[in-house]
Amino acid sequence: MKRVYAREEVCMGCKLCEVYCATAHSEYPLDLVKAFLKQKMKPLPRILVEYNLSISFALQCRHCDEAPCTKACITGAMQKDSVTGIVSNDERRCVGCWTCILVCPFGAIGRDNQGHKVASKCDLCSNVADQTDTESFSNVPVCVQNCPNRALQFMDSVVEGEE
Amino acid sequence: MTLSMNTPDFLIERNRERCINCQVCVRQCANEAHGWDAEEEKIFSQDALCVNCHRCVTMCPTHSLSIRKFPLEFRENANWTASTMKAIYKQAETGGILLTGMGTDRPYPVYWDQLLLNASQVTNPSIDPLREPMELKTFLGRKPEQLRVINGKLAEALPPQLELDLPIMFSAMSFGSISLNVAKSLAQAAETLGTFYNTGEGGLHEDLYKYGKNTIVQVASGRFGVHSEYLNAGAAIEIKIGQGAKPGIGGHLPGEKVGVEVSRTRMIPEQSDAISPAPHHDIYSIEDLTQLIFSLKEATNYEKPVIVKIAAVHNVSAIASGIARAGADIIAIDGFRGGTGAAPLRTRDSVGIPIELALAAVDSRLREEGIRNQVSLVVGGSIRNSTDIIKAIALGADAVYVASSALLALGCHMCQKCYTGKCNWGIATQRPELVKRLNPEIGAERATNLLKAWEHEVKEILGGMGINAIESLCGNRLMLRGIGLSDRELNILGVLAAGE
Amino acid sequence: MDYVIIGNSAAGIGAVEGIRSVDRVGKIALFSREPYPAYSRPLISYYLSGKVAPETMYYRDPDFYLRLQVEASLGREVQALKLEDKTIELSTGDKVPFDRLLIATGGKPITPPIPGREYSGVSTFLTWDDAKDLGEELFPGIKVVVIGAGLIGLKATEALVKREATVTVAELSNRILSAILDEDSARIVQTHLEEQGVKFQLNNTVAEILGEEGKVTGVRLQNGEELECDRVILAIGVRPNLDLVRDTELKFNQGILVNSHMATSVDDVFAAGDVSEGYDKIYQENRVLPILPNAYKQGFTAGVNMAGGSSEFQGGFAMNAIGFFDLPMLTAGIIKPTTPGFQEYIRLDPGKQSYKKIVLRAGKLVGYIALNTVDRAGILTGLMDQEVDVTPFQEHLLKEDFGYIHFPKELRSQRLSLRK
Ligand SMILES: Cc1cc2nc3c(=O)[nH]c(=O)nc-3n(C[C@H](O)[C@H](O)[C@H](O)COP(=O)(O)OP(=O)(O)OC[C@H]3O[C@@H](n4cnc5c(N)ncnc54)[C@H](O)[C@@H]3O)c2cc1C
Ligand code: SF4
Ligand code: SF4
Ligand code: SF4
Ligand code: SF4
Repeated sequence: MKRVYAREEVCMGCKLCEVYCATAHSEYPLDLVKAFLKQKMKPLPRILVEYNLSISFALQCRHCDEAPCTKACITGAMQKDSVTGIVSNDERRCVGCWTCILVCPFGAIGRDNQGHKVASKCDLCSNVADQTDTESFSNVPVCVQNCPNRALQFMDSVVEGEE
Repeated sequence: MTLSMNTPDFLIERNRERCINCQVCVRQCANEAHGWDAEEEKIFSQDALCVNCHRCVTMCPTHSLSIRKFPLEFRENANWTASTMKAIYKQAETGGILLTGMGTDRPYPVYWDQLLLNASQVTNPSIDPLREPMELKTFLGRKPEQLRVINGKLAEALPPQLELDLPIMFSAMSFGSISLNVAKSLAQAAETLGTFYNTGEGGLHEDLYKYGKNTIVQVASGRFGVHSEYLNAGAAIEIKIGQGAKPGIGGHLPGEKVGVEVSRTRMIPEQSDAISPAPHHDIYSIEDLTQLIFSLKEATNYEKPVIVKIAAVHNVSAIASGIARAGADIIAIDGFRGGTGAAPLRTRDSVGIPIELALAAVDSRLREEGIRNQVSLVVGGSIRNSTDIIKAIALGADAVYVASSALLALGCHMCQKCYTGKCNWGIATQRPELVKRLNPEIGAERATNLLKAWEHEVKEILGGMGINAIESLCGNRLMLRGIGLSDRELNILGVLAAGE
Repeated sequence: MDYVIIGNSAAGIGAVEGIRSVDRVGKIALFSREPYPAYSRPLISYYLSGKVAPETMYYRDPDFYLRLQVEASLGREVQALKLEDKTIELSTGDKVPFDRLLIATGGKPITPPIPGREYSGVSTFLTWDDAKDLGEELFPGIKVVVIGAGLIGLKATEALVKREATVTVAELSNRILSAILDEDSARIVQTHLEEQGVKFQLNNTVAEILGEEGKVTGVRLQNGEELECDRVILAIGVRPNLDLVRDTELKFNQGILVNSHMATSVDDVFAAGDVSEGYDKIYQENRVLPILPNAYKQGFTAGVNMAGGSSEFQGGFAMNAIGFFDLPMLTAGIIKPTTPGFQEYIRLDPGKQSYKKIVLRAGKLVGYIALNTVDRAGILTGLMDQEVDVTPFQEHLLKEDFGYIHFPKELRSQRLSLRK
């Protein structure tokens, strides 16, 4: 499956990926200003830029083949889609117990403590595409689309041996 | 502490109705002009630190930022302008020389803008470059007095030539003054375009050896990173005597820009200042120059053309004549509007002459002396667009060098703060977190696009003049007319006035 | 191939999904004593507090059994195993044959022989029915004594407090949550719970349950003190439910012994979840690991192997994600070593109720406590699981923002790059 890969050598730590991700998963997926200024709850990104002076890279869910979070989830909210491979959380069923955070080896799951507590994670923008019903997402996640320096790539992993 | 009389140059305006407090500006401004007030949960800015590089403006996802001139009115007069006064306040505070970057911003005449091009009408039909072939290929190097052909083949080998698919090259910018990612971008673009980039005086980074056939390696007074492998790595060697932005003075790369990579490439200790002396200490005459030219040819088996680069100064034509006679294959002349990574402001703004006049004078002189064929002429120092190129070639250049335009293509916004090493666009800096901002892949694409676009325009205009090969334009001053110029200037330029 | 699965919880469901990942046609018969489609056991306290509605208690979507073609007999108890005949016997007397059997009967509450435990109003807290029964009897101001300050006891306590009960917790140990917290962190959590009105009796326990007319009226503690109460909840722990196993030839210790394929000592019989003793990577021995992630994984592994595939349970270790009144904590492995050979590092920020502790053994991470600052703790779990030598970056492990940025570049790109 296609995943998002970060290129640390050209990531400049601007965090625009976070900004666009948060917006895309807000009540106003296409409007940065409304998402941040009008929506009551602070929009949260599902991608995280790790950042110090000389190193920076963005990291989000790897959509693991043997996803530990889906196995550990106590409610069954966290599931891997057998067709698309996307690991996503059914936020209605999630109770915010953070068991998935306990097991995600990438630290890719965030806590959304505003209102109903839920585990918040990358869904490769699959929800966004449904919600906004626009061509603009063209199946490429918004973080990748909006990274100004091509530091994120959306592609199939290169399996060992292949080049 | 005493009262500082410095006032901000720029004013940062933030539209609070659009600012989403994402802090992209805070993270992107290396001058720390934006900050985050954690207590107020708000962004603030400090105008005095802004250099108006537009990094934040461009990166702000909601377009909430704009930068204006600081609206402070000085009690100006025609003699004492605000900038003249501010310079005095600054020097009175620091006691130091004023430093700057890029080419001069003084309002000297730009002769390119006072030259007009011809077009064909009726008698000499124009050519449509979309339908008919149009040749921009250019060979740089010494051309023989005559060609002897035996059995349809050249009897004697030609002296080494540089083959350019279009008459534009990237001029010298050293790794040290610019980042490695700029060098990578330009090297890749040169390869894609079939032209050359120039290492400048900073040596050749190991990652760049693979672009050797599109590289001109420079030998400057500091001789940084010069060794036989280096000389043989490129397609041509350039001896740098002078640079348009700072004729007569050397270079100084401050120690803080000399990190591991720069130190390894230049072969000097890390963190040590890299000082290029004003003169080459082994060149005090044309004869000395001859020696250097031939030792370099010797070192490279006479396979590579040697370029000598000088700044456009008052007696440039006599100097060029000497250089041609000294054995150089190509002369590069850099006009006084040329860019730089760091120069003393006063030198930059007052030393040297415009490239247009220098070029016309040199071309005329070499023709008069009958030695024009012995050298190719390459000019640089603020070539800003495709018509500047056409005009330069019509005035007598074989090709042009571009640097500032190439940097603009990569993101440079002419803030002129290259010397601070804090270039927000990742260009004139060695700080790893800033260098990363220029993705060489994107840089190469943008530099390539720019030159491709110019190539199209050059072809279009050549066609309009009824010319189908750039070589036929070289020195064809009949294609030019001057406007708003004095007789003296027209005379030097060797062009007629518009209407004549 | 006929599969029989006893147990309809995490391990049982894991096995169904494991079998179906290999065998789409074999017949799966699943038996559960409890009458519900698989529900999430950890959610019973959420149910009790009212946070989770009945329809969101379920562990899988409503058409799960249909979709995966499982014949689920819910509310039907298995009475005995006839392993030599390859059949199981239901409490109704019916016999069901199997080719492959999975025992996933889970755990069973430990009920200590406290005098008075037969009074009505004394219960355990393990099933949805337990929570429903308890819920029906609650009224504002009801006094409850919870015996045991472990995970289940305190989860029940939290729910009860949310339902306006007055709760006293009696615990024999010197601290609450002694299996997952050390003294310092336990104190922070205890204070936090006390601020919500919970009372604790540590180093103490209930010596006798007092009652009148068959109904609970109070307890007498070990130290002689007497407390009035309307309900008593026994929550001193869970042990493997070996009822079906005792009279068979299956080998068991604390739980049923299994190998890395989750196979028991008897051919074609597998066991998984709270009833089994799987491999613990950190203790490097087989142990009961009564947590849901292990139950599911073991069940899945068993399922794959039952269906003829090949899968190994690489081993697990104790880990818990739990929280009380918005104070979350994540813990794993050995959190309070009692033998030499370990290094412990601690960062405490009492103002923020924040506590982080890491435990190293021979350069590897073997346990941690993350209290309140829990974000991205899974990276630590991953380092434990993959047995990474953390010496090159161990000084960063305690940082609040510890992340991949602190990994050596090599390790980071190995984990994050395009190449698998
Ligand atoms: C209140 C509470 C909170 C918990 N919170 C957490 C938590 O936050 N995180 C965590 O990781 N773990 C938690 N656990 C532990 C977790 O629930 C167990 O590890 C997990 O449920 C084990 O799954 P299992 O399938 O092995 O067994 P169980 O869940 O115990 O299920 C056993 C199954 O076997 C069936 N069964 C038993 N005997 C028979 C029989 N004779 N005939 C037919 N069917 C039978 C039962 O009906 C049931 O379906 C909690 C447990 C409780 C009680
Ligand atoms: S948008 Fe791109 S460059 Fe900016 S932080 Fe994200 S990945 Fe890095
Ligand atoms: S959330 Fe973590 S564990 Fe789950 S699939 Fe993504 S990376 Fe893997
Ligand atoms: S936080 Fe939500 S998604 Fe994560 S394990 Fe708990 S219930 Fe599942
Ligand atoms: S220096 Fe550049 S990035 Fe900084 S505030 Fe000014 S324009 Fe913006």
